[in-house]
Amino acid sequence: MIPPAGKPALASKARLRYDRASGGYLLLYPERGLALNPTAASILKLCNGELTVDGIVERLQREYTDRPGPELRQDVLEFVEEMARRGLLQVAG
Amino acid sequence: MSSAPRPYTLVAELTYACPLHCVYCSNPLDFARHHDALDTADWRRVLREAEQLGVVQVNLTGGEPLLRADLEHLIEEARALDLYTNLITSGIPLERERLLRFRRLGLDNVQVSIQDARPAESDRVAGREVFQRKLVVARWVKELGFPLTLNTVLHRENLDRIGEVIALAEELHADRLELANAQYLGWAFLNRPALLPTEAQLRRARSVAGAARARLEGRMEVLFVVPDYYVEFPPACMDGWGRRFIVVSPDGLLLPCLLAHTLPGLSFGNVREQSVEKLWTSSPGLTAFRGEAWMPEPCRSCSRRAIDFGGCRCQAFHLTGNAAATDPACSLSLDHARVETARAAAAQAAPGLATLRYRAARSHA
Repeated sequence: MIPPAGKPALASKARLRYDRASGGYLLLYPERGLALNPTAASILKLCNGELTVDGIVERLQREYTDRPGPELRQDVLEFVEEMARRGLLQVAG
Repeated sequence: MSSAPRPYTLVAELTYACPLHCVYCSNPLDFARHHDALDTADWRRVLREAEQLGVVQVNLTGGEPLLRADLEHLIEEARALDLYTNLITSGIPLERERLLRFRRLGLDNVQVSIQDARPAESDRVAGREVFQRKLVVARWVKELGFPLTLNTVLHRENLDRIGEVIALAEELHADRLELANAQYLGWAFLNRPALLPTEAQLRRARSVAGAARARLEGRMEVLFVVPDYYVEFPPACMDGWGRRFIVVSPDGLLLPCLLAHTLPGLSFGNVREQSVEKLWTSSPGLTAFRGEAWMPEPCRSCSRRAIDFGGCRCQAFHLTGNAAATDPACSLSLDHARVETARAAAAQAAPGLATLRYRAARSHA
């Protein structure tokens, strides 16, 4: 579970990279990489260790104006939890 | 652009030289015949050309990459290209100052090999007294803020101590632990009678690793790789021949895997003479086993052919003398008995330590 005050940040082993070939973003870590969909990339760019999940949702809402707030929050929370389980996000605070 | 698949990872084997003598070394038996022929400018160009082709990760490896005095320049170039840059090292010989320079140059990850959880047992496999020094290096890696991967090659002698290896990785705060069984090619094939574990050993080790993976979830990534000799179907070796990985050997050959240049009858071009793109797309060695046209039965009509790509070509050659055979690790292979015979020998082998043949330059090679 991500505590309300928790501030997700990319794990030290993970790095975002823009991919010319696909026009999307890759999340790279040792011997592996994930091709991110646009929403996942937007979320991870906001995982800077300064924003809480609510802070991330607030920023994202500007981009995803037609997605209801509670649903967007649920999307972000599930994604952040999954990435933390995989050790690709660390949640400080 | 070509119709060849997009490569994602470059394995840059900067030198075959190494201070260690590990009995399962992944370099070819005749490593001493391949000299370091690429200078700094060559390697920089290889990095640039690989990135142009789609590569996003580079493993700087060897032999021991620390023996290259120009490693700093290569890290710098790799990071300028925004490549995820991974140093794969024994940790010998490394000074803290140099590691700090790597950090400042933007190196992303450091992988240190540990041969065992215990000093004497570890040094026995490495053929040199290096265990304590490796621990010092692994601690520097974390102190300087790098993510740390620990890699331990598993075999008959250390599989029963896998719990101790995991405990050591936790103590060192490793971010990733690769518990990779030896694959029986090259030096490991030569030492197979001493190294091949029993099925019971593997079963126990796998369950210990699985429990650790669950317990350490989110903190340490725990990988457990079984030896191909104990699978029902082989894994996709290198994700398929000439499909995702580019390997460049110290003498400049562009290869699909670490040992492809030991297979007879294949010719691989050299990056000193041709571009990475040209070689990746059309060198005869790269196209030889790319795709499905080369496959014999039972691969050709098998529903798994796009999953495992026929398995490992080097293993097929080691066990049958024919690199184009179905990988004998596959239970459907007509040569599978060769693997079963080796497993039976492992099950019946006398307890205790067997004689090991250490990696060394061979005069008759």
